[in-house]
Amino acid sequence: MSAATVSTIVNLPDQSTARIPKMNFLTKENGLLSWLLTGDHKRIATLYMISITFFFFIGGALAGLIRLELLTPQTDLLAADTYNKVFTMHGVIMVFLFLVPSVPATIGNFVIPMMVGAKDLALPKINLLSWYLYMAAGIGMIYTMAAGGVDTGWTFTTPLSTHYLNTHVISTGLCIFIAGFSSIFTGLNFIVTIHKMRCPGMTWFRLPLFVWSNYAASILMVLGTPVLAITLVLIVLERTVGIGVFDPAKGGDPLLFQHLFWFYSHPAVYIMILPGMGVISEVVSTFSRKRVFGYTAVAFSSVAIAVFGFFVWAHHMFIMGISNYAALVFSLLTMLVAVPSAIKIFNWAFTLYKGSITFETPMLYAFGFMGLFTIGGLTGVFLGATGTDIHLTETYFIVAHFHFVMVGGMLMAFLSGIHFWWPKWTGRMYPEKVSQLAAVVTFIGFNFTFFPQFILGVLGMPRRYAAYPPEFQVLNVFSTAGASILGVGYLLPILYLTWSLKYGEIAGDNPWQATGLEWQTQSPPLTENFIEIPIMDHEAYDYEWLEAQQRKEVASV
Amino acid sequence: MAHEPAGSAQSHHGEHPPYQRHHFESVEQQFDTTNFAMWLFLLTEVMFFGGLFMAYLLMRNWYYPAFVEASHQLNIGWGTANTAVLIISSFTMAMSVYSAEMKRRGALVMFLVITFILGLAFLGIKSIEYHEKWEKFHIPGIRYSTSAFTNPQSDPEVYKEYHDKPLPPDMASKTELYFFLYFAMTGMHALHMIIGIAILGFMIYKAKNGAYTTGHVTFVENFGLYWHFVDIIWIFLFPLLYLISRY
Repeated sequence: MSAATVSTIVNLPDQSTARIPKMNFLTKENGLLSWLLTGDHKRIATLYMISITFFFFIGGALAGLIRLELLTPQTDLLAADTYNKVFTMHGVIMVFLFLVPSVPATIGNFVIPMMVGAKDLALPKINLLSWYLYMAAGIGMIYTMAAGGVDTGWTFTTPLSTHYLNTHVISTGLCIFIAGFSSIFTGLNFIVTIHKMRCPGMTWFRLPLFVWSNYAASILMVLGTPVLAITLVLIVLERTVGIGVFDPAKGGDPLLFQHLFWFYSHPAVYIMILPGMGVISEVVSTFSRKRVFGYTAVAFSSVAIAVFGFFVWAHHMFIMGISNYAALVFSLLTMLVAVPSAIKIFNWAFTLYKGSITFETPMLYAFGFMGLFTIGGLTGVFLGATGTDIHLTETYFIVAHFHFVMVGGMLMAFLSGIHFWWPKWTGRMYPEKVSQLAAVVTFIGFNFTFFPQFILGVLGMPRRYAAYPPEFQVLNVFSTAGASILGVGYLLPILYLTWSLKYGEIAGDNPWQATGLEWQTQSPPLTENFIEIPIMDHEAYDYEWLEAQQRKEVASV
Repeated sequence: MAHEPAGSAQSHHGEHPPYQRHHFESVEQQFDTTNFAMWLFLLTEVMFFGGLFMAYLLMRNWYYPAFVEASHQLNIGWGTANTAVLIISSFTMAMSVYSAEMKRRGALVMFLVITFILGLAFLGIKSIEYHEKWEKFHIPGIRYSTSAFTNPQSDPEVYKEYHDKPLPPDMASKTELYFFLYFAMTGMHALHMIIGIAILGFMIYKAKNGAYTTGHVTFVENFGLYWHFVDIIWIFLFPLLYLISRY
């Protein structure tokens, strides 16, 4: 931490004279309608950011309830039924309304058109439509919660979800169906934009790695999500008219549901993590002043993860009665995903090696990501190996594994990205010291919350229950205590980021001395992003080009 | 890629035709982009129907005798007629795109109207078929009886098309699964037809007022892709549901 006080790359304009540009995408038009009918990707990204933060805090409050209930071995705070609903709603909201759209729909929406040097995403109206679909799904979820919730678990396991429960499976299913189309449209828009809207000189291998990883995630969104959509339609049809495709009594097959569901939902975890990895590539490069080591390998590893991601789904089904041979093959394929993931981690490590590292907040979060994602990924190997999976899969081990990857990985990456692009977004800096504190608090709170769950899992504490044997209490108290620290870590950014909207220092165009095209325009950007379409005449992460550029500017002044 | 009309190709340096959206550099880029987006959307549709096809192939493999017998109960005459209707409608849709490119407003409206009518004809024939299922007690979950499959002679309507030995009761019950999938797949296809017909109606209205024949054919072209796609789904459904088990 002391290193943070030693050196910094932050380069702000003279605060006594600097002003936020009068004309920018935030001030161009005023009034609610100018926001609700906007086609501007930056405004839609802002809408998305506000809405996903809202749902994150609903999901987070539910997580708080879960941890409070698990403070004691008995079911005292929540009845068992209520507990089932609370963890289901936590899962559904966090997965479909926060994690899937988090980085792509907010940060991706905001920076991808600028990174490729375009004025907007290819299909602005579809982009807006995707936000409306997201909101429709979100409001539907709130209705579902108000009407009594759903308690199937976020996986909708049949025949539990079709025959044995009388909660709001149909409305939840329809909400996820709608949210799915929101995600399809975002992915489709990204792919089209990256293919067709790149500025002159912007070849595929000059794209920032953030664009590559979002491209890979978009492939997964476009190919995977429709399968989830039809699966949910079949669940809804089974509950309404009794279609028997998943009903063994009628000759249907519950395992078919598992195959179809995980065919989407496994790639979905890569939809969630890949854009986060893109953020880390940008941040690691910027704060160690070096081109990302092995650019091409990192770019292709994203695509490799997307491709492999489609062939590992049955590792969620090892205990569900698939054949031993299928389990063997899927176990092997699962191990293969470790290769491109490790390529990324190693290449980031090599980028740091002999770099001029500084420890601003985005970098702290990025370090958090690299450590926690590595632990999350390595424990994934335990679960990908069929022998240990059978012991661990129904325990807290898998809860810890999933949260290490998703919260420790993706959420850290999301916060890293929010802090990194905040000056571009708002034109103002966040307060550095308190945000570094928040990053550290998040990291400590996270480990306190979820590391004990690995131990609980190995000791055999089953997941999904409101009560547990008393000998597990000590570790559960640790976990709950950690969750309250984590909660503080998440509340802090909300407070100081809001504060910074008015009182933050003026950031100027390029406070981080970063190389991406989005930093070569004013902050906040114009509605059209650039005064004229840029021409990309250098490689990505070319810090020498940037220095030459700055020397030229000084000379011309 | 279809050719852009000459008038729009000469636009550079600020002189944009009115239909060029501000964030595109040229009309060609705009056309390429929306066209590519449409193809990607159709890819998602392939995956969407893919789940149903997967379920169908799996179940057919498991309950082969039931699926063969149930398949014989479909009306192959109406099915063939519908296939013809759809293929002709794809031709007229292609002609609509051609007319739009040639800037012939009258021809465009005419071909769109024919496509619209053929789409309705398809749905009409489909509803005749659905009605037949109702009369034969082949509506799963609502009005269904397996007795005709365990004892074909009891139902002359069913017996007429009966193919092989009577089915044992547990296999006969799987015919219901066939009809579930039949209704899910043709129903999902019909839903796409209804959406397509609604958009066709909108396009006819716009085309009458002179849209699409000014050189800006993207919408007609992309809708054409959608219409052909829905057609192709049927081209797969027809053999899988009607033909594959016949001989």
